[in-house]
Formats: sequence, structure tokens, C-alpha cells
Amino acid sequence: MARTSERITDRSAVRRLHDRLGFGPRAGDLDVGFDATLDRLLAPAAPVVPPELGAPPQQPARDDREARKAANKARVAQEKVLLSWWLDRMVAEPTAAERLTWFWHGHFATSSQKVRSPQLMLAQNQTLRRHALGSFTDLARAMVVDGAMIRWLDGNDNRKGSPNENLAREFLELFTLGIGHYTETDVFEGARALTGWTVRRTSPQPRLVPARHDAGSKTIFGRAGRYDAKGFADLALAQTASAPYVAGRLWFRLVSPAPPSAAVRRRLQQAYGERRDVRALVRAVATDPAFTDTASTLVKQPVEWAVGLLRALGVRPSALDDMTRLRLAAGLRGMGQLPLRPPSVGGWPSGAGWLTTAAGVARLHVAQLVAKHADLRALEQGDRVDGVRALLGVDAWSDRTRQALSGLRDPRQLAAVAACAPEYVVSG
Amino acid sequence: MDNLTRRRFLTMSGVTAAGALAVGATRVDWSDLMTAAVDDPLDAGDAVLVVVTLYGGNDGLNTVVPAADRAYQDARPDLAYQPDEVLDLGEGLGLNPGLKGLKELWDDESLAIVRGVGYPKPDRSHFRSMAIWQTAAPEGAVSTGWLGRWLDAAGGDPLLAVSVEPTLPPLLAGATTAAASMPVGGLKLPGGRLGSAFAALGTSAAGEERWRAEVARSVADLHSAVRVLGGAMHEQPDQQDEEQDEERTKGASAGGSSQLARQLDLVAGLVEAGVPTRAYSVSLGGFDTHADERGTQQRLLTELDTALSGFVRRMRTSDRGQQVVVLVYSEFGRRVHANGSDGTDHGTAGPMFLIGDRVGGGFHGQQPSLTDLADGDLKATTDFRDVYAAVLGDVLGAEPERVLDGHTGRLDGLIRA
Repeated sequence: MARTSERITDRSAVRRLHDRLGFGPRAGDLDVGFDATLDRLLAPAAPVVPPELGAPPQQPARDDREARKAANKARVAQEKVLLSWWLDRMVAEPTAAERLTWFWHGHFATSSQKVRSPQLMLAQNQTLRRHALGSFTDLARAMVVDGAMIRWLDGNDNRKGSPNENLAREFLELFTLGIGHYTETDVFEGARALTGWTVRRTSPQPRLVPARHDAGSKTIFGRAGRYDAKGFADLALAQTASAPYVAGRLWFRLVSPAPPSAAVRRRLQQAYGERRDVRALVRAVATDPAFTDTASTLVKQPVEWAVGLLRALGVRPSALDDMTRLRLAAGLRGMGQLPLRPPSVGGWPSGAGWLTTAAGVARLHVAQLVAKHADLRALEQGDRVDGVRALLGVDAWSDRTRQALSGLRDPRQLAAVAACAPEYVVSG
Repeated sequence: MDNLTRRRFLTMSGVTAAGALAVGATRVDWSDLMTAAVDDPLDAGDAVLVVVTLYGGNDGLNTVVPAADRAYQDARPDLAYQPDEVLDLGEGLGLNPGLKGLKELWDDESLAIVRGVGYPKPDRSHFRSMAIWQTAAPEGAVSTGWLGRWLDAAGGDPLLAVSVEPTLPPLLAGATTAAASMPVGGLKLPGGRLGSAFAALGTSAAGEERWRAEVARSVADLHSAVRVLGGAMHEQPDQQDEEQDEERTKGASAGGSSQLARQLDLVAGLVEAGVPTRAYSVSLGGFDTHADERGTQQRLLTELDTALSGFVRRMRTSDRGQQVVVLVYSEFGRRVHANGSDGTDHGTAGPMFLIGDRVGGGFHGQQPSLTDLADGDLKATTDFRDVYAAVLGDVLGAEPERVLDGHTGRLDGLIRA
């Protein structure tokens, strides 16, 4: 696919860095240069204090309807605490580690709907966070024995003599290799390697129950051995299809729905290297000429759009009242993307999948909600239309949008409608 | 993009239960079509198709159960239903005890069961198999859904098909047309200056970048949709998570929605209001029953049964509703043998349901053998495209071969003239 490529301006490139490696720019961010911005984004994140969720609710007796209802209610409340905490982290954190934590959540997509344990979801979040910019080897090894993942993909039922293939299959198909790069034998034998990993209700710490583990020889990718979970993960990662797959997934979410060219792919793989270094991979993505190509546009995912808006307008979720936070979560659900609740293990859709009629209504409601809680005094005088452009970090308005916004006097209405403009919904 | 690149791209995008296939689609002037829709409401004689997708791989053998078959009992001793538990349909088969409403429809001859439906060289990946069913292309990389291609062929009116889910399923994405999507909660837009400014964002800007142009178009589409459909909507509170208990969510890792009754309620309202939509898509998730299957599946089937029988009863009370045909499918059945965690792993062929007054009730297709298996799996006896062909031809009045890439098979007698 040959085409003459054009570059975006330096200032737009800094804005794009914030959009893609972070959650969008804040006031003043665009006055810093590209290299300094990239270094700051890729710097180690400060240690994170996890939220206090409290203990899991007591497991009620099966026939006690009231107790079951109460336990469900307590769990839902804990999940809300976790969600608000995470959204607040995304708004507050100035480094790429937070954005990559979010990326990996979509990659190793696990839903609280089935896991039914905010404690396990938090533990998984901590693991994604720890390895967000580290080695994919460590991340993949950790996720194949992660408690939430085990419950999500039926690991508890995967026992010696009766392997359950769910986790082994998705690990190969969605997490490490992509479809077409493994056989049914690899799935079956891989499931055997994962037997015995179990997570209990009482602890977020999964463990290997030796009596349930099949320690016999397995043949995976044509090699025989007494493989365990780590051995299985390592075999998958060693396949030649793995590095391009992982780099391609990252590219798809951070740069463009168009796959990288062969030359770009080679550069990315070289950076990723034998250590499977995610930070180096992300740096290679951001410094590749294709990153600043005008054609590398993306529809922001709803969470990225909403968090970016909260950042730009200086609204911290932790400072909002419970009802507003609930409405924010309902709005994200309406747009089709609630963190901790991906629609399936395949993760979230992309591109036009976010531009449904249903999502459009929810987007406007969320924009109004955020604008209502923002300090918008800067928009009370002067060229308000240009003021809201600068506030949101948009490169330029089209005549269409300038005209649409020109009739609005109320700063809150102005900010809400501007946030729904194509120039803000799409990361140019 | 060549086919291989396209396929890799779709794989990377995780095709999944989403509109990834719609990438590069939709070039429609909604407001013109909306005006036509107001001028030209659904004809009372026009049939309407409602597609129900069961995500996760519904276990066909425990849905239409060969309870008296020795091989069935031997393959899954702890999972099997006994002959006195199932709702007898004859020919040695019975419905899952959760499907009481469907049994009544069967007795009314309003339920057709197509047995052993699948496709050649079955794929056990949820995503690949669902993509095959939704694109109707078992062989290769096709980027459009079967109803999307029907939309293209029918003249590109996106209101002809509506998804009552938050995201657009690939089956509704064509090359040039994507269906509209309606939220279960209804559409409500603000008025006043804010409303006018928001509506003005839907104006196209000359030479605009492709995705921005799509955002603008989606805003315009939204306003047109609200104009036409707004009256049919009603606000309902979102379903509380507290109501979902564990058995309901046990098989949830393969996607799909959880509010089938409400989705169908909305569809019923749209049909009754005379919206000129000919195809609707709804879904129910949770069928990926790798463990503790019996309770989970029976609960889901009961939910399906309650939602479907309520919908069909309501549809019978209006002329337009009597033209509705419901089609129910899942991406695959499950293995014949249980897996040792009282569940079943991904398998192959399964039954399809067609429901409605216009349906030729009774069995269609052959029941697959439980002893002549392929690698432990049922051998499909009917190609799903034969069923699509019947629906395309006899419900939607289309030329099936054109939509199904030259596929010529067609199941006769499924839809009454």
C-alpha cells in the first residue's frame, strides 16, 4: 500500500503523544517539546496505593435469598469503589504506565460480571500495573495464573484427568499468538499444563494444588516435556508469531487500525527484543515516523474520551459525589465501555463500533455531567470558541464546529457540545 | 488491503461481538431515508425477521435432547436429562425442561427446529466461529455480515435493520451500509441552544478526515433516528447488577447481552409503531458452559423461553406482528462428552429455532448420529446457509444467492408462503 505520507505539526505530535500514551493533555502540557514529553510519559510511575475494598462478603447459604441479595449488593458496592478509584488514577496519573495498564485490561480482557470478586479484579489490576511497561514475558506468565483470569476462564475446573480448555485456548488465540498459529493439540495439551491452578473464595491468591495438576509429559508446539503453566506460557511466547501479534495489538490501539508496514514491524520487533520489553516497544511506536503520519487517526475509546475530558476540565472523580460518580459509570456503560466489564474475553470493539446512535446520546450526557462539575471561568469572556478549543487541546476547529459552537453563551453548554465535536471524539 | 492483510487486521481487531467489521462502511444520507420512512411505514404484509444470537456456544444436545439414546446417557452421565424430564417432541427427542413456552409453540406448529446445523471444517474458536456464522463465509475472510450484504443489496437503507444492543454486531455491517443501533433505555436528546448546537455538529465538513466525517455522520444519524423512532421509546431503569447471580454469569466469558426480554420488548414496540425495519438483531450471552452446565444452561434457556414466548404472544395481537419470524442460533454446539467439570467444551453442530405464525412447524434436517462422530464431535447435517437462504428468500424477499456468495442450498418448507 504505497502512499505519500504527510506529518502532523510538532505541537500536534505532542498532543498525539498525550492522547495515545496517556489520557490526553492538560493545561500547559502542549508547551513542552516532543522528546521531553515522551521521556516524562515513559518515566517510572510513582507507587500506587490500592483502594480499601474490605473483605469479600460472607458466602451466604444457597437457599437464603435475602442473604444472597445482601452479599451481591455488598459486592457491587465494592466494585464501584474499585471503578471510581481506577478512573481517578487515570485522570490523575501523568505517566504512560496508567494508559498501558488500561491497554492490558483490554488485551487480557476479564469481566467482573463472571469473576464476581472485586478483590480478584483489584489483584489483577495490580499485576497489570506492575508489568505495564515491563517485560511481556513476566506479564504473560503472571496472567496465565492470575486469580481473576482463572475464575473468568474456568481454571478452577481444569483438573488432572478432565482438562478444561477455556484458558489455554484464549491464551493462545487472544493473548499471545492470534488465530491460525496453534493447533487443537496445542490447546488440549496446554490445558493439561495449566491443570491444578485454583483460586478460592477466601483468598485473592491463587495456588497450585498438586493433586489436581497433571505432571505427565505433554506435547506442545511439537515439543514434549513435563510442562507447567510457566512452561506453557514460555512456549507460546517463543513462537515466531507472538512478537508481531503483541506489537500489532499495541499498534492497533495506540496508532492506527491499519496494520504496521513490514518495515515498521521489523523496527518494533527489534525494540521489543528477546526481553519482550514493553517500554522499549512503546518508545519505538512513538518515535516511528508512522506515528506522526496524518493518516494515523483513531476514534477514542469511550473511557479514553471521558478520562481525557475529565483531565482537560480539571475534574477529579474522587472529588465528585456518589450520585455523580454513579451517573458517570452509567454514561460509560451507555457508550459501551465500562472498565472491569469488557463484553467478552476478546475485549472491546473499535473505530465505527463506538459511533452508534446509542453511544451518541450517552456521550452528550457524560459531557454535560463533566462540564457541570468543571471550573469554566476561563470561558466567560474573550473568544470562547477558541478558548474551549485550547482547553480541550484540540488542534483546530472546522468551520462546521466553529459555527455550531458560536451560538452558545453558557460555558457549560459550550464545553459539553465541544467535547462531542468530531475534532475531539477522534484523536487526529 | 489484500485478503490476508484484511484477515489479519480483523483478527487483530478482535472481530468479537462488535462493529469492527463496519470499519470503512456507511455512506448514507439518513435524513432523506428518514423522510421516506415516515412517508412509507412498514406494510402490514411485510414480514419481519428477528435474529437472536446466543453467545458462548449453546449446548444443542441438552436443548433438543435425545434423552432415550443410550449413547447420549453414556457420554455425559452427570449432565444428561432423563426421558421423563424433557418435553417430548417425538422422534426420540425432547425439549429442555426450561423451554415450556417453546413447547406450547411447538404444539401450535409455530416452532420449527432445524437439527444438526453447522458448516464444513468446524472451528472451535468462539470468535472465528461467530464470525463465520455472522459473515456466512466458512471459507475465508469476508468483512461484511450476511444481513449487512442484504442491506447493501436492498438499496442501502440503514433503517431496514436495527440492532437493539449497545454495539453493532458484525452480521449487520455491509460494505456500504451499517444498520442503526438502538439502546434498550431509549433515546432522549436535549432541546434548546444546546440541542441545536449538538445537532449542528452533524453537518458534514468538506474534505474532512475519514473518522471525523463518520462521527459527524453518526450525530446526524442520531437525530434522524430520534425523529422517527423517538415516540416508540420509553425509559426503563437499567438492570441492577444485584439481580444477576452466579449461575446466570457462569458462562459469560464469550460475550452477548443479558436483557433479552427488554430488547424484545423494544422490538415489539417498533414493529407495532410501523417502523419500516425488516430485520432486528438481539442477543443473549452466557452459554459458554465449561463447568456446572446444567443449572446455568437451564436458567438461560428459561430466560430465553420467557422472553421469546412473551414476545410471540404480544406479536400475535397485531397484523404487523403476525408477520414476524424469529431465528435463534449460536456459534457452535458443545462436545458430545462431558468434560469432567460437569460442563462441556467447544463443539460443532447444534439446532436452530425458527418461530412465528409463518413458520412451517416441526422438525427439519436430520438429527446427527451420536455414534458416528468426527473427532468426538457431531457431524453437521444441514449447512446454516441453507437456513439463511430460506429466510432471505421467504421472509425478506431477497435473492439468497446474491447475498450468500453464490451458495445455492436452501431448506424448503421452513417458511410458509
